[in-house]
Formats: sequence, structure tokens, C-alpha cells
Amino acid sequence: MISKTGLKVALLGGMAAATLAGTASAETVRWGAPRDIVSLDPYSYGDSYTINFLNHIYEGLVRFDRDLQIEPALAESWEIISPTTWRFSLRKGVKFHNGSDFTAEDVLASLTRVSDESSPLKGNLPAYKSATVVDDHTIDIELTGAYPLLLNDLTNIHIFDKDWLVENNAEMPTDVSAGVEGYATFNTNGTGPFVLESRTPEAQTVLTVNEGWWDEPQHNLTRIEFQPVTSAATRVAALLSGEVDFVDSAPVQDLPRLSAAPNLKVLERTDLRTVMLGFNRRDELVAGGENPLNDLRVRQAMQLAVDMDLIQSRVMRGKSRNAGTLVAPSIPGYSEALDSVVAADPDKARALLAEAGYEDGFEFDFVCTNESYVNEEQFCQAIASMWSRIGLSPRLDIGPTAKQTPKRAGGKADVYTIGWATLPMLDTYSILVQMLHSKEGNSGVFNWGNWSYPEIDKLTQAASVELDREKRLSMETEALRIAKEEIVMMPLHQQPMAWAVSADFEDFPQFPDNKPRMWFVTR
Amino acid sequence: MTDTRTQPETTRAPLAARLARIADSDLWWSFKNSKSAVGAAAVLAFVTVTAFLAPVLAPQNPYDLAALELWNAELPPVWMQGGQMPFVLGTDVQGRDILSGILYGTRISIFIGIASVAVSLAIGLLAGLAAGYYGGWIDNVLMRIGDVLLSIPIILAAILVSSVAQALLPPELREAGIAAVLVLAIALYSWVQYARVVRAQTMVERRKEYVQASRLVGTPGRRLMLKHILPNTLTPVFVAATLNFGLAILIEATLSFLGVGMPPNQPSLGTLIRVGNQYLFSGSWWIVLFPSVQLCILVVAVNMLGDWLRDALNPKLR
Amino acid sequence: MLAFLIKRTANAIFVMLSVSFIAFMIFRFVGDPVELMLNEQATQAQRDALRAKLGLDDPFIVQFTTFVKNAAQGDFGISFRNQQDVLAMIAERFPATFELVIVATLISLVVGIPLGVITAIHRQRWYAETLQFTSIIGISLPSFVVGIGLILIFSVWLGWLPAFGRGETVDLGWWSTGLLTPSGRLSIILPALSLSLFQITLVMRLVRAEMLEVLRTDFIKFARARGIPARTIHFRHALHNCLMPVVTMTAMQIGGLIAFALVTETVFQWPGMGLLFIQAVTFVDVPIMAGYLCIVALIFVTLNALVDITYAVIDPRLRGADK
Repeated sequence: MISKTGLKVALLGGMAAATLAGTASAETVRWGAPRDIVSLDPYSYGDSYTINFLNHIYEGLVRFDRDLQIEPALAESWEIISPTTWRFSLRKGVKFHNGSDFTAEDVLASLTRVSDESSPLKGNLPAYKSATVVDDHTIDIELTGAYPLLLNDLTNIHIFDKDWLVENNAEMPTDVSAGVEGYATFNTNGTGPFVLESRTPEAQTVLTVNEGWWDEPQHNLTRIEFQPVTSAATRVAALLSGEVDFVDSAPVQDLPRLSAAPNLKVLERTDLRTVMLGFNRRDELVAGGENPLNDLRVRQAMQLAVDMDLIQSRVMRGKSRNAGTLVAPSIPGYSEALDSVVAADPDKARALLAEAGYEDGFEFDFVCTNESYVNEEQFCQAIASMWSRIGLSPRLDIGPTAKQTPKRAGGKADVYTIGWATLPMLDTYSILVQMLHSKEGNSGVFNWGNWSYPEIDKLTQAASVELDREKRLSMETEALRIAKEEIVMMPLHQQPMAWAVSADFEDFPQFPDNKPRMWFVTR
Repeated sequence: MTDTRTQPETTRAPLAARLARIADSDLWWSFKNSKSAVGAAAVLAFVTVTAFLAPVLAPQNPYDLAALELWNAELPPVWMQGGQMPFVLGTDVQGRDILSGILYGTRISIFIGIASVAVSLAIGLLAGLAAGYYGGWIDNVLMRIGDVLLSIPIILAAILVSSVAQALLPPELREAGIAAVLVLAIALYSWVQYARVVRAQTMVERRKEYVQASRLVGTPGRRLMLKHILPNTLTPVFVAATLNFGLAILIEATLSFLGVGMPPNQPSLGTLIRVGNQYLFSGSWWIVLFPSVQLCILVVAVNMLGDWLRDALNPKLR
Repeated sequence: MLAFLIKRTANAIFVMLSVSFIAFMIFRFVGDPVELMLNEQATQAQRDALRAKLGLDDPFIVQFTTFVKNAAQGDFGISFRNQQDVLAMIAERFPATFELVIVATLISLVVGIPLGVITAIHRQRWYAETLQFTSIIGISLPSFVVGIGLILIFSVWLGWLPAFGRGETVDLGWWSTGLLTPSGRLSIILPALSLSLFQITLVMRLVRAEMLEVLRTDFIKFARARGIPARTIHFRHALHNCLMPVVTMTAMQIGGLIAFALVTETVFQWPGMGLLFIQAVTFVDVPIMAGYLCIVALIFVTLNALVDITYAVIDPRLRGADK
């Protein structure tokens, strides 16, 4: 992987930076990832990082193009034959990596598998009811009701080979509770542009190019070596020394250093993800006692106390975009009129607290994770510090997501961070139904503070069946307006995303959903 | 270790006389003549005193969230361009003064070191005495527990105990409780060493005539025994305690570095290094360098003292 | 002898049983497995169903018995996160950790023994005292600080050695080795060095202490009196006599090194068992945590038992001694 020849030494800001130049052929990408994928089975875990990586091996019926517009993939075309039935015509001549042909049976088996009761990805295809094979290359998908966002959902549903599933006893999703490994956890057989060569969890996963891919490749890669390097400092060191040539999560504080390195270039833009704070809205605080967070004036005071400009310039190094509303500008349903950032005014914040009867402040649990969002640990500390300055006493609790999520989802957090990118739907409806809606049935799954705004609920339900796009979006915008007025959630910013790549890549497109798509990369 | 004195030394000399006796002792003589011991003691005293005077000396209280000002974030040390008083060693990304962070962080590190040694000493002495004196199943149970503990490497035990205990702590106690959890995590492991030493000595003493005799007349010889056992075990226990103090500081720093120790809003030296490590390449080297240096100085000084003590108290090496 | 063997083995089994109890407590009380296994969007009914299915509602003792039974057969369940068999995942990482520990141990012996001998025979000389002094620093430096420093100097500034990972590996049956490829050998240098630093110091100090002891014995005095050259005395006779404790200590330290390697593995992103464990702690992947604990304890206990038994074979007096 590394050779002693080709040692380049470059002086940089008083520090000598050096390069262990790679001997790997020019068409290899050595990808230093912030974390590993969890499994080779795209239906194993509702984890979008894993699903995106596996998109190199597996494909869906439709996919996003370079501009994130939906285009045909394994399906060539589709038509809506009744409000609840969609007919897909499948591409002919597509072969799986093991050589077998792609047919409608494969789609049926995949949809059955992903929508199974035990499937962790069931929620990603909420409107699915059943599917019927019409002929070898035609399939009908039956929905539970009119649903405008089916294609968006299908971009994320990877298609398996039915015979392969049957042969290997993997027709159903892996059942963790049964304590038995699933064949698809270790093995793959997709139709995608890359084929799995090897995988050692938490160490390395190697893909090679699929010579028999049905589509005209836009990339010229022959090999992808994916290695998780969880420590950000090590990731940067590896990049600087040339041990990896692509990092999809470069720490914002290291960007000047990385852009100054002659062998690297930095790609940055603002993520679609809006990071925000949620409030506990139950009758009592976690530690007991009456809950001041139910008072709008208190929430206003908390918003006025936080100086987002300062956080933007210091903690986020000027790379984030402060948000006034809960979705990013490119998400349908966004309204510029709502996107005004509340300017910090600690005096007014104190006055509001006093007016609400809390001039002496109160104690509450502020739950953050340390790795979900860019520099989260830092901005949470900064926010806690700003709150203490208006007299509040936040108890800051920072930990890994796996430990914090049960607290947040289980109502054991008074204030918490959460980010929402509306993926894979790319529509405001996603945040309305999943987060702002009251917690009932399949709605409000991420309504961790347990609030209820009947008007928002009504607008959300109306939008879900409205097939007229303009009308639907205006309902969604109205719901966002109410959310802003009531400070249901307190928007912070759209976080920055930064990738650093070796300077010799010709084309390395970056997407606002922060997903690397190697099938567009040329070197 | 096989002291056969039967007449316990019960003198309660006046303070001055006792000091004079210390000054006259072999130990003091050996200390005075060991440059490294004197140096280490001086460094340790300085580090400890400054750490415990942190609230007086530090320009800022790094735990007071309201005192942190983001405008002051990432200032370099004063001797560099852009450095500002009073941030002598610069600031971190929260605007936390590095020097204050180090002073307070050292205080936590020393506190956890001392407390865990004290707790493990207490457990070890009690367990050793009980095991040695009563023998039988009590001895068996205690020593088997010790075996089990020693079969889990200390770093692993400490990670497990602290992550389990932290998960079980109720939120109100979390801030105050973490240091206690770390103390416990480290102490739970190291008491076995002391217990074994004390147990062996207790067994020796128990068979002695005076204990048997006092049993016959109905007065338990426990108090008397204690006076014999403790002085005889003092030397090995004291040496072990000094070295364990250094070890405890290291373990705490390692846990905090791995992210299962002190949280970033109550940083110990290990936490400061973990956080600073993220800024190693961004040019803000002072965030990681100074806490690392302080940690190394502290542990080196403790270990040098422990090392000298072991040699000085070991007659074979003299 | 047989009685001793049985007693020693029973002791080891008891220890392992207790360790598995601790492992089980972790398994049961850290995090909520249900939260970790299910999608965030799962309903309460799904959660309850999974809880029942996992047996989390069973009485404590039933759960523990099942756990021990399975663990004894090497079945620690499957990882919540990776959905792979825990034992297989740990076994896959074992070669990486083992190679790291072995190379670190070799470095510590090769460097530590000569240093120990030198500091013992020239113990009044300035360089011996300097070495003795330096060795305290070696014992005191936290290995993560050393690791960060090594990366900064040798990878980032000088660019000589890789900063992370294991380089290219070659599979020999089920064992994957990095020692047979140039990049693998380069990659192991920094982590092994940082892991061995503490060990070097231990070996050096032990050798020094033993040498000082041996040099004082009559046997060496006679040898001197007979006019045998100093070099031969020191390296043939004296050193020979203190190798046994060194070997014992090294053997017993290997278990500890395997555990301590988790710090080094974290700093260097070395794909061994320790990194797996630390990641499991972060993700609350409890089956891996429990499995790792049991396996490291097993290695530890086995090594200790082997050392004891070997000693008993060599020195029969120890057989009856109170352990």
C-alpha cells in the first residue's frame, strides 16, 4: 500500500509535511471513512451511511443523477395506473454479479424482504402494500393510499437476486434477536457498478469494478478500498501522509491545513441537514418538577440567549449556514420568508425569563452526542455556556449516539440536539410527519419531546394526500411557520460538509446529501 | 517481615521529638542524599500545591460555563503573535484558558489518584485483616474475589466499571458522580495487592503467643494485633500505594482520553488531551501540548518518588 | 502433581465463571439492547415483542444460566451492530492484536535485557544512572501521548512510517499476517514501539534487580575468584540465572499487554480486538463487550495457570504451597 520510494517532503507553515506516495494504480480510491458500514446487507439496519455505501454494489429501481434528480435505473419507465397502483417496466439485459438475470421476480422478492414485519427498513417504504409480477419485466406496486413520494423512497430500496436469496436462506431480513448470522451480512450479489472483493468489519472493505455493468460508466475507477479511520486526527494524518486519498468527513478546523497541502484539494459545501434543538414538553422535567419549557417565553429566551453568529464564526469556522427555519433552502416546502435568524439579545432573554417567573433560572438536562453532527461537542458546550449567562443551569450530558438516543427517544432529555436532512424523501413533508406531528401511530416517531400542535397535524395529514405539488408545498410551509412561531424546535444551522481528496482526481462530485458516489468519480 | 517483638511500641512522643526522630532516620538521610528524590518531591509539591490552589491562582474557572467566552477561543500562548493576557498558555476552542484548565485538571487527576488509593487501601486493609484473622470461608471468598479481579487486566476493568456505572447514574448525579465512579473503578482493582500483604502478616501474627494468650483470658487480641500488623506491613503497602497513585493518575487519564472518563465540561488532564488531539493539525498545538507535558511531569515525579522509596525501604538493595 | 493440576484448573474455572458473571451483568445492564437492535422508527409493540423474544423479561437466573451455557460453547451471540457472530469477529481480529503484542514483547526483550545488564554491572556509572532515570520516564509516559507524538514525528513531519492501520496483509489459512509484506512491517513499527515502551522499562528493571541479586551470590564470587572473564560471568552465568524470572514475567504480562493494546490500537487505528472492543463500547454493542472480556480473561487465566503449572513441574516444592 505504501512505498518508501516517492517520498516527497514539503514544508508547510513551519511544519514538514510529507507524503507516503501510493503505489496503488491510479484508478484506485483509498477512502478513509469516519466510520465503518454496519453490514453488507442493505436491509440490515436503518443506517443511511451503510445504505449509500452499498449503493455501489446494489441498485434500486430508480436513482439520483448528478443533480439529485430522479432517473431510471433498474426500472426503465413507470406509469401510475390507478391512484394506488404504479406499474414499472424493468430494464432488460441486466445481470447480477453472479451472472443471473434480473427479472420482476427479483423485485418482488426484494420488496417482500424489505417490507417484512421484522425489517428495520420497513419505515423507508411506508406506503407499500403489495406487488404483483405482470411479466418477466413488468411489476405493479400497490400502495396503501395516494402517495406522491414513492419514487423518492425507491431510490433507497436495493434490489436483490431472488434465487440467490432463496439458495442462501436469506429471503427474510437478518433477525438479530434469533442470534443467527444472515448470509447477506457477509456476501453480496447486486447489479451495481462495483463488486465486493473482500470485507473485514471495522478494518477494510474492498470493491472492484463491475465489468459487466449495464450502464455506461461515468467513472474510471477499478478499485475502491474503504477503511474506517474513526479518529479525526488520525484521518487527517493519513490524508496528509498520502495513506488515503479521500476523506468524506474532514474536520472543519483542519481545512486550512488540508487546502494548503499541495497534494490535496478540499471540497466543501453546506449540508442539507439542519441541526436543531428539541425541547421536552411533558408536564415535568426529567429530574422532576414543573416544566418551564412549556412556556413559550422561556423557549424564546433560550433562543435569544444563543449567539449563532459567534458559533458560526468560531466553532464552525465560518463554514456553517445559520438557519431560521427547519429545512434547508433546496428542500421543497422551504420559504425564504421564514428563514430569518433570530439575533442574540441576552438582555431581552433575561427579561423574558423574569416575565415568565424564572429570573433565577432552572436546572435541566441538555443531551448531546459527540459524533452525530459536525463539532457537536463544541457547539453544545458553547450553547450551554450562553445559557448559563442568562441564569439558566443546563446539565450538559455528552456521549456517543448509541447511549444518548435511548435517553432522547425515551423522554429522558429536556433539551436535545437532532439533525434532519429530509432524506431520502427530499421534501419538507419528511420532517412534518416524522418529527413535528403529534406522536400517534406511524407519525411523530422523532417527536421526542412529546408535543402536540393540532394545526400542524392537520396540515401534515392534508399534505400527505395532496397530489397537487404547489398546494402541498404551501401547506408544508404553513406548518413550518407555526413551528417557527411556537419554537417547537429551535433551528441552529445547516452544518458544513467537507471532503478532502487527492489533487489528482479529475472529477469528484460532491452532493448536498453528503453521500460519496464513486460511480461519478474519475481519476 | 518476621518481627518477633512482643512488646508493642506505644510511645506517644511529643511532636518535636517525633520530627527530630524522622530527621534522624535512615529514610530521611537517604532522601536528602538522593537528588532525584528531592527533585521529584519538589516538583510534586509544586504541582500539587498549585493544583489545589487552582481556585485562587487560575485566571478563570474553567468549569463555570458562564465564564467561557467564545470570543477568546483558540488564542495562542502570550509569547506568540495574537496571544493575550491573562491567557498565558492560550485558550481552547471554547475560550477556556489552558493554564486554568491544566490547574483544575491536575486537581481532578490528583484527587482521583489520592481518593482511589485511599479507598483501595481501606478496602485492602479491612479485607486483608478479615481474611487473615478469621480465615476459613471469609478468607476463601475474599481471596477468590481478588483472584477474579486480578484476572481482568486493570485497563479493561476500569473501562467496564466506569462505562457501566455511568450508564446507571441518574442524571442529577452524573456531574458529581463521574469522578466518584472513576475512583471506584480504579480502587476496585488495586485493593487486592494490599489485602494480600496484610493477610499474610495477619496470619503470621495470629499464631503468635500473645494473641493466643489473650484469647484464653477472653480479651480479643485484635487491637494488640493491629498494632503489630500495621507497622510490619507499612513498608510494602506504602511503596505500593505510591506507585499505585501514579498508576491511578495514568489510568484515569487513559480512560478520559478514550472518552469514558471525565466529560469535556469537567476536564481532567486526559480529557484536555483528548479534546486537544482534535486540533493537533489545525495549528492549535498548545491545546494538546501543555496538558500532555503536565501529565507527564506529574506521573514522572510520583514514580520517581515511589522508585526511590522502594529502593530506600528495601534493605537488600542498600 | 495431579492434585495440584486439578486444584489449579478448578481455580481457573471458578475465575472464568465469575468473569462471565461480570460479562453477563454488562450484557444485561449497559444500554438497552432493544433500542440498539431496532430501527429508530420501531413501534412500542415491536419493542415489546423483541424484548420478549430476547428473553429480557425472563428471571435473572435463567438469563444468566443461558448466557454461561452459550459462552462455554463460544457462543456470545451476534453483534447488535454488525450482525455477525461475536466469536468469529473477535477471532478475525486476534491475529492483528497478537502480532502487535508479540512484536512489542520481542522489542522489549531485545532492548530491555541488554539495558538491564548494563545498568546492573555499571551501576555506579553516570550512563547507568541516566538509563535508570530514563526508565522511570518510560514507565510514566501515558502510551496515548507517546502514540500521538510518534505519529506526529514519524508520519506527519518525517513521512517515514504510516500513521494508521496494518498495511497489506497475507492470509495463511485462517491467520492473517501483516509481517510478510513490506507495508505490513512498516505499519507495525510505531504501534509496537509505543506499546513496548512500558514493557522495555519493566524488563530492564527486572533484569537489573535480578542481576544485582545474582552478582552478590557466592557462585559469582567463586567464578570471579577463578579468574573467569567478567564478560563471561555477566552474560553467561549471571544473566542465565535471571532469565527465568524474565521469561515468567513476560509470559504473565502478555495477557495484560493484549488488554493494554486497546489504547495503542485506538491511537493507531490498528484493526485488532481492542479497537473492536472500544468501538463496541462506543456503540454499546454489548455482545462484543461481553465476548471480549471473557476471551481476554481466558487468555490471562490460561497463561497464569500455565506459568504456575510449569513452575510446579520445575520446582516440586511449590506443589503443596498455598496459592
